[in-house]
Amino acid sequence: MRRWNFIAVLIAALIFLPLRVAAADLLLVSTTSTENSGLFSYLLPKFTAATGIKVHVVAVGTGQALKIGERGDADVLLVHDKPSELAFVAAGYGIDRRQVMYNDFVIVGPAADPAGVAKAASATAAFARIRAAKAPFISRGDESGTHKLEGRLWAALDLRPQSGGDGWYRSIGAGMGAALNMAAASDAYTLSDRGTWLSFQNRRNLTVLYDGDPALFNQYALILVNPARHPHVHVTEARRLMDWLISAEGQAAIASFKIGGQSLFIPNYGKETP
Amino acid sequence: MNDFSDAFATALDLMRSFDPAFIEIVALSLKVSVTAVFFAALLGLPLGALLALKKFPGRGIAVVFLNALMGLPPVVVGLVIYLMLSRAGPFGVFGLLYTPTAMIVAQTVLVLPIIAAIARQTIADLHTEYADQLKSLGAREGQMILTLLAEGRSSLLTALLAGFGRAIAEVGAVMVVGGNIDHYTRTMTTAIALETSKGNLSLAMALGMLLILLTIAVNAAAFGLRRRFSLLGGAS
Repeated sequence: MRRWNFIAVLIAALIFLPLRVAAADLLLVSTTSTENSGLFSYLLPKFTAATGIKVHVVAVGTGQALKIGERGDADVLLVHDKPSELAFVAAGYGIDRRQVMYNDFVIVGPAADPAGVAKAASATAAFARIRAAKAPFISRGDESGTHKLEGRLWAALDLRPQSGGDGWYRSIGAGMGAALNMAAASDAYTLSDRGTWLSFQNRRNLTVLYDGDPALFNQYALILVNPARHPHVHVTEARRLMDWLISAEGQAAIASFKIGGQSLFIPNYGKETP
Repeated sequence: MNDFSDAFATALDLMRSFDPAFIEIVALSLKVSVTAVFFAALLGLPLGALLALKKFPGRGIAVVFLNALMGLPPVVVGLVIYLMLSRAGPFGVFGLLYTPTAMIVAQTVLVLPIIAAIARQTIADLHTEYADQLKSLGAREGQMILTLLAEGRSSLLTALLAGFGRAIAEVGAVMVVGGNIDHYTRTMTTAIALETSKGNLSLAMALGMLLILLTIAVNAAAFGLRRRFSLLGGAS
């Protein structure tokens, strides 16, 4: 019988161990691109050491992040789709939008480059070549910042590619990593932010075929969820995080985050953007 | 095959290193799923017994409904719990979204139908076998339920294990309501999903192997428990 008591105590202990309550911790909802690259596990310990504030990060696409903010389930957002961010602020869901850092998007595809994307003169020209060659293209299809930029590039060509059957255009409704995994497995093209690309480890035949067009500029901005609408928002802690990220210390920390000697994000608070 | 040998080596390293971050993830997975099974059993066993023993109009429909709920899609359960716990939802004031508690709630909802349905079947079968005997002994309803639950403990343990298997393996619900927060709501399954999306396939696969190992360990413990049970159970 003694063994029984032991097992019962073990189970009870497992169940009733106090569940940590998140009341004082800050909830930052951000994009998969920033989380998957490892930026937060690099930056946030520095912030916590400086302020004692713990930050929880939930990583989703920009569209979903804004939706979470709208419902009041986040304190701060760090997202990357200017048009929808401005609409979010204009609708009163968020305040105090601050542009904090940028990187760029790249068009990746199979090294053999059957569509000749590497020879393209612009990002839209590269997309036109993919379309002309009917080369397989993986679209995020998830209303993320990356997906929205992709939509604008197709729109500039007056194109609205539709996913279906075994067609060349495949809308997968998933995160950047899933899109890259799929492109790698099927020798397809896709649009990726540079941060996720640099930290991605399952590249197989994929390589960067096109970059450098100003149209591929990728600005990240902080937005505070409007405390007037959601009184439970941790305003003080949230503002300290926002202030720290734009401070000289925070901006330097962002710049010092590198993979293979390359910076993934370039701080640009208070600077003109292209 | 290289992929799998890499994964195997990574899994061994993870186990040997006792990496605290890894232990934390395993502990949270166990804690969330075991707690969910505990509460699901607390609600599901009596519910199953009631459905087996009480006669009421529409019982057949209720049973079909309960059995169908065993196939609840985790991501849908996640979404429903998300909408309930969201600040904009009916239970928003508690601020439970993106906490381990939210994950336990979601998994309890997922596991409850499995435990209740298997319990109902077990007790219904035992009841047809023993009803007359128990009645002739003058057992009241409450005593009857307890006797039948005790009699069916072996099948009921299987119900708990089936529930645990579902909980520990699912990713859809805990991802939506837990948010996969590092050092807070990251479980084995959400960590596997994350590493896969980073293209870190060998680590993802290694975590997968360890998750399977963990499930085997829990089932082995239950097997030992069951043997113990039947020994202590005596005559039956």
